Amino acid sequence: MQQQPLSDDLFRPVERDAEEAEKIAGPSLSYWKDAWRRFKKNKLALFGIIVLLILTFMAIFGSAISGYNYHNTSLINANQSPSGEHWFGTDALGRDMFSRTWYGARISLFIGLTAAIIDIIIGMIWGAVAGFVGGKVDEYMMRIADVLIGIPYLLVVILLMVVMEPGLFTIIIAMTLTGWINMARIVRGQVLSMKSDEYVMAARSLGASTPRVLFRHLIPNTLGEILVTLTLTIPNAIFTEAFLSYLGLGVPAPMASWGTMSSEGVKAMQYYPWELFFPAFFICLTMLAFNVIGDGMRDSLDPKERR
Amino acid sequence: MGRYLTKRVLFILVSLFFIVTLTFFLMKAAPGGPFTTEKGIPPEIKQGLREFYGLDNPWYQQYFDYLVSVAQWDFGPSFKYKGQSVNDIISRSFPVSLILGLEAVFIALGFGVLFGCIAALRHNRLADYAAMVIAVFGISVPNFILASLLQYIFALKLNWLPVARFEGWEYTILPAVALSAMPLAFVARLMRSSMLEELGSDYVKTAKAKGIKQSVVTYRHAIRNAIMPVVSYLGPLLAAILTGSFVVEKIFGIPGLGNEFVTSITNRDYTTIMGVTVFYSVLLLFSILIVDIIYGLIDPRIKLSGGKGK
Amino acid sequence: MEKNHVLEVNDLKVSFDTYGGEVQAVRGVNFHLKKSETLAIVGESGSGKSVTAQSIMQLIPQPPGRFKGGSVIFNDEDLTKKSTKQMEAIRGKDIGMIFQDPMTSLNPTMTVGRQIMEGMIKHQNLSKAEASERALELLNLVGIPNPEARLKQYPHQFSGGMRQRAVIAIALACNPKVLIADEPTTALDVTIQAQILDLMRELQDKFETAIILITHDLGVVANMAQRVAVMYGGKIVETGTVDELFYGAKHPYTWGLLASMPKLGSEDEDLLAIPGTPPDLADPPKGCPFAARCPHAMKVCTEQMPEYTELSETQKTACWLLDERAPKVEAPEAARIGG
Repeated sequence: MQQQPLSDDLFRPVERDAEEAEKIAGPSLSYWKDAWRRFKKNKLALFGIIVLLILTFMAIFGSAISGYNYHNTSLINANQSPSGEHWFGTDALGRDMFSRTWYGARISLFIGLTAAIIDIIIGMIWGAVAGFVGGKVDEYMMRIADVLIGIPYLLVVILLMVVMEPGLFTIIIAMTLTGWINMARIVRGQVLSMKSDEYVMAARSLGASTPRVLFRHLIPNTLGEILVTLTLTIPNAIFTEAFLSYLGLGVPAPMASWGTMSSEGVKAMQYYPWELFFPAFFICLTMLAFNVIGDGMRDSLDPKERR
Repeated sequence: MGRYLTKRVLFILVSLFFIVTLTFFLMKAAPGGPFTTEKGIPPEIKQGLREFYGLDNPWYQQYFDYLVSVAQWDFGPSFKYKGQSVNDIISRSFPVSLILGLEAVFIALGFGVLFGCIAALRHNRLADYAAMVIAVFGISVPNFILASLLQYIFALKLNWLPVARFEGWEYTILPAVALSAMPLAFVARLMRSSMLEELGSDYVKTAKAKGIKQSVVTYRHAIRNAIMPVVSYLGPLLAAILTGSFVVEKIFGIPGLGNEFVTSITNRDYTTIMGVTVFYSVLLLFSILIVDIIYGLIDPRIKLSGGKGK
Repeated sequence: MEKNHVLEVNDLKVSFDTYGGEVQAVRGVNFHLKKSETLAIVGESGSGKSVTAQSIMQLIPQPPGRFKGGSVIFNDEDLTKKSTKQMEAIRGKDIGMIFQDPMTSLNPTMTVGRQIMEGMIKHQNLSKAEASERALELLNLVGIPNPEARLKQYPHQFSGGMRQRAVIAIALACNPKVLIADEPTTALDVTIQAQILDLMRELQDKFETAIILITHDLGVVANMAQRVAVMYGGKIVETGTVDELFYGAKHPYTWGLLASMPKLGSEDEDLLAIPGTPPDLADPPKGCPFAARCPHAMKVCTEQMPEYTELSETQKTACWLLDERAPKVEAPEAARIGG
């Protein structure tokens, strides 16, 4: 080390209060702030959020922009390729693909979101009741869930769709009938661990009330997993709807979803590829967005990743 | 082990009972279904249905008879095809689906594990990003779109592979790839993240501190542990391939059970829908049981006794 | 390299690249290890002691780790210059290592016997049967009852203490000259801790192994070591024999450590904690890393890192208080052992 002459006054003790000593290392961030800070670093996940915001905006307003509505047929204009008049072209019945695509976005996103929210509500209630009440009630409730989860999900959905009147809500009901079980398991697990975890015991012994434990500990700890599950459930529902559409069990005409549009598009793929391209592209983009958001959230909510 | 098996089989039977009950009452409620004596059904089929279901009997008698015949592995006559039973349809078409399905399982597992390992070993490098981009696309593209695109590009445009049907090995390539894409992507992601975790674990450090080569540490220590989550994903993987087969067999014109099932849905062939649903459920539930047993055999920490751990 | 030294670490510098930038975990560490002695490296978590240990073995994953300079001399050769292949021949054979948590440091899907035999088969060209024979001996040696059966069992069938014994057996399988033990007892119950330490001492006498013992527990140090190096903020702030540091420490951080150690029979009800937190090594202070928490800090401490003052043949301390211009400060009452 370079020895420079040191003046004597450098050797005077420094006065410092204890509080200052505590504040030296980097500022401590709250859990959510820290998670958000790490999430923002994930450019891909941020991109996913932006994509979703744009898609949502277009789902609400998009079909009104082109000046055509989604269901008016015009056989003279059938199967036109994208042009200044019809930005995404027209389909076999001459309907404007642009307004259909965004109308389809509305239906697809609505199905995804509603199915996911219903799953979460039923799942949370079931899981929380089982976890909190415990004992025999818990055992029976989880046994029921075990049996239900043994039933192959898509088969039940197909079966229900075959029998019930086709429609938007039929699809949502069919999908949520057994879809909530995962959520119930997650919430129950969290409640159980909350009941026995040391940090909750510590909070309780410090005199924290039940609502406080609920809001300060259970919800923050469960919310992360719920959000991650949400980012998986929504695209899953959109996917399932597309699959059902291909089997001819999707939303009935004149309604259209990305699923029904791409299964029609598949048939015309060789001659009029845009009829497949637009709905398929937006399904994939939505899947992609939800997947990268889900990954980003999982990484940023994992306390092990904190640094 | 014995207790565990009994318990699991019991659970499966309860689940199956639910499924059979559900299918029965749904079909009973279905407008134009086998239990409504509507016109337009050919008399031969009507006769067969009458014999099998006893359509003149009260509903509980019908239900009970149906339970008994399902338990005897008899799914009754087809609602649309003359002189064919659902069992005929299954035994004719299921072997085809099985071949295709197994091929897809091997592709999904083999390449999924391979991609996942490479990605983990080259973490945050080009190979990692490449593998994960492939994986994300596998998850993002619905399989009927992927299958149609594969058929369009490789069969119609490039003429490399046959367009459709099932007449030899080369006919199975495109459908098997289309079928395996999504599970492959899942396996690759699963394998990558669990491999990353294992590679950073203490026992891997211990092994390295013994002077074991990186490659040996990887295959002897890390992969063996990292593959566990993939094994437990086998159940959902089989389910994904099974449901994928509905679409893929249809697109490639393969005379498998998935294709028959879709046809029966479009034709509203209710008895076939019922029978195949039950058959698929049995298949899936027992496959999952086998997967769990395998899991217990390869993970020494798990003893298959009594209840499952939390 | 001096004659009776088995290992020398000179000016070792290791960094990690993280989201927050480069973290300088080890910032110029010097020490040596003599034949069949035990050197303890003491410090709190984040002081760089584990990174130092893993750097000796070249086990720091790169990236995110980055070797920035210095040397690790073993058998007159610089380990930092060795290829991966050459290091593999040294690891386990000449230098063994024990990790902190016996619950995670054994492979859960491989029998304990195979894990012990693995290194021997690699380094000593033993056949499976010979290795198995030797593994049996080792299990006996580390005090695992019924070794024949235990050899074929999996780690989850072992208790924590038993697992650490197995880990020691793995580390000692090839009679290494140097054993690096990274907090070998931290994760164990107190009674088991004592047994494991006894075992390590016993085996050290038997095989004349030199041990680098990494710990934050001064009780363990008193029990095991001949010499101590105190690490803080990626640097060694004081080093000396156990007696010198326990009875004549000169660095305020060492005083703090001594004061925070529970004493038997002492009437003092409170253990003294050192207030504050360790420095952020992503942005290390240019002066003494302890200055921010030091009760005797002077202006100079935040300006410049002090040089080592040689207080004896063996004791070296890096503290500005030892400068003649500094005010005279005595070790606090609480830092006196047996006082």
